[in-house]
Amino acid sequence: MVAGWFTVDTDQEDFRLLGTRCSACASVFFPRQDAFCRNPACQGGEPAEVPLSKRGRVWSYTDSRYRPPAPYMSDPAVAWVPYTLVAVELAAEGIVVLGQAAPGLTTADLVVGMEVEVVPGVLHEDAETAWTTWHWQPVPAAPAEVRS
Amino acid sequence: MTGDVAVLGAGMHPWGKWGRSFVEYGTVAARAALADAGIGWQEVQSVVGADTVRGGYPGYVAGATFAQALGWQGARVTSVYAACASGAQAVNTARAQILSGMADVALVVGADAAPKGFFAPVGGDRPDDPDWLRFRVLGATNPAYFGLYARRRMALYGDTVEDFGQVKVKNAAAGALNPNARYRRAVTAEDVAASAVVADPLRLLDICATSDGAAALVLCSMEFARRHGAANPVRIRAVSTVTPTFPKAVLDLPDIATDSTVAVAPSPDSFRASIAGAAYEEAGVGPGDLSLAEVYDLSTALELEWYEDIGLCGTGEGAKLVQEGATALGGRIPVNASGGLASFGEAVPAQAIAQVCELTWQLRGTAGERQVPGARVGLTANQGLFGHGSSVIAVR
Repeated sequence: MVAGWFTVDTDQEDFRLLGTRCSACASVFFPRQDAFCRNPACQGGEPAEVPLSKRGRVWSYTDSRYRPPAPYMSDPAVAWVPYTLVAVELAAEGIVVLGQAAPGLTTADLVVGMEVEVVPGVLHEDAETAWTTWHWQPVPAAPAEVRS
Repeated sequence: MTGDVAVLGAGMHPWGKWGRSFVEYGTVAARAALADAGIGWQEVQSVVGADTVRGGYPGYVAGATFAQALGWQGARVTSVYAACASGAQAVNTARAQILSGMADVALVVGADAAPKGFFAPVGGDRPDDPDWLRFRVLGATNPAYFGLYARRRMALYGDTVEDFGQVKVKNAAAGALNPNARYRRAVTAEDVAASAVVADPLRLLDICATSDGAAALVLCSMEFARRHGAANPVRIRAVSTVTPTFPKAVLDLPDIATDSTVAVAPSPDSFRASIAGAAYEEAGVGPGDLSLAEVYDLSTALELEWYEDIGLCGTGEGAKLVQEGATALGGRIPVNASGGLASFGEAVPAQAIAQVCELTWQLRGTAGERQVPGARVGLTANQGLFGHGSSVIAVR
């Protein structure tokens, strides 16, 4: 869909969003900003690709109860299934990143401030192509103590 | 000190779904404003149009389109596009021309015939456009962003969906008194609660519709106003068209992410607060001086945020104002006495001009049943996609 926004050919564990970091002022940009630094106080350094934190906290969330218009890709012959959108604060980068929630998650499953992580997902697929994307999903609870 | 310009005339085409061309709507509004000003079109020295897409031609046009419709007469012409702030930038352009002596009298027009349903970017594959990307990659509609703000307010301040619904009830009551409004029916809290959820937690009646509509103003120098028998006209004292400051730390349309706060600490004020702040500073007035305000109620929850951003109350206290009735007609500081976008719907190039029309009628004391008694100072607040601030302060 849009090149270079997230890692490809990685397993779920290593999947990351990719941004850029200005080598002069350290500001991080997502989507990536390869041409210039948008900090007005910065003379502009070479932008370097940087993987964003895997985990962050929910800034806010909502859902889409009606089919969005094009250029969103969806099959009008298939009944609309609402999906959830989550805006996530990444502390180390000082940014909030919006994304779709993993399939099946509803707004009832989310709370502002809860910890979530980025995972690979599929935006849309047809017979020839699967368009990949990123999804946010709640961080799994720590595994319970193993009992024999 | 930049000086005042006079509002000599104001006019609208009623808002609704009329199925006609934006040119027709704009021409009706322009003629109404000229008649209200008591001058002929041929006296106008400058026409400033707020742009929309003209069908059949892939471009944004307005100024010359209205000039042609009204009859070519050789006036200076300008067309401006700033999304929802287009109208304020048109007002500001006309004002700058008048204050600089380039023109004594200018006609400002904005009109649109909006599509039904969600706004969407124009066609084609355009991955360089953040507006295209948010639809393509996320399906993030405008109501999705309104939903994010609403849910955030609930988490931070304890706002409830009932608080949001009260904003609609209030604005619908005002809109019922406005002959130019599209929706002229009272709405109850039960009506809002019974409408379908569009973007959690917001329902259909929490979110403004898209509409056809038009608004126009005749602006002139104070000297021109005096010569035309308007000794004490409504005056525009400030127009704010500011951009945000880096880092913009609140997620905002149409961006997928905020600016990083790693290198620079964010301003304690939000972008929306800085829009009103610049207008207050230029006008030399403060929130306590306001008789009324017209704010950009894309959603009911967003109106509560504007109360805070224009300084009517502290952060997180917006819901309290609507609960108290302070912002209703008859309250301490009526907000959206016109009925707001809740009653008009969006006709993008026209709405910031329509806000100034409402201030004009209120400050003249001719707003009929929705008149705010003794109105002396009014503020509009609006925001255009991609970082266009928009606020106008008018006084009498």
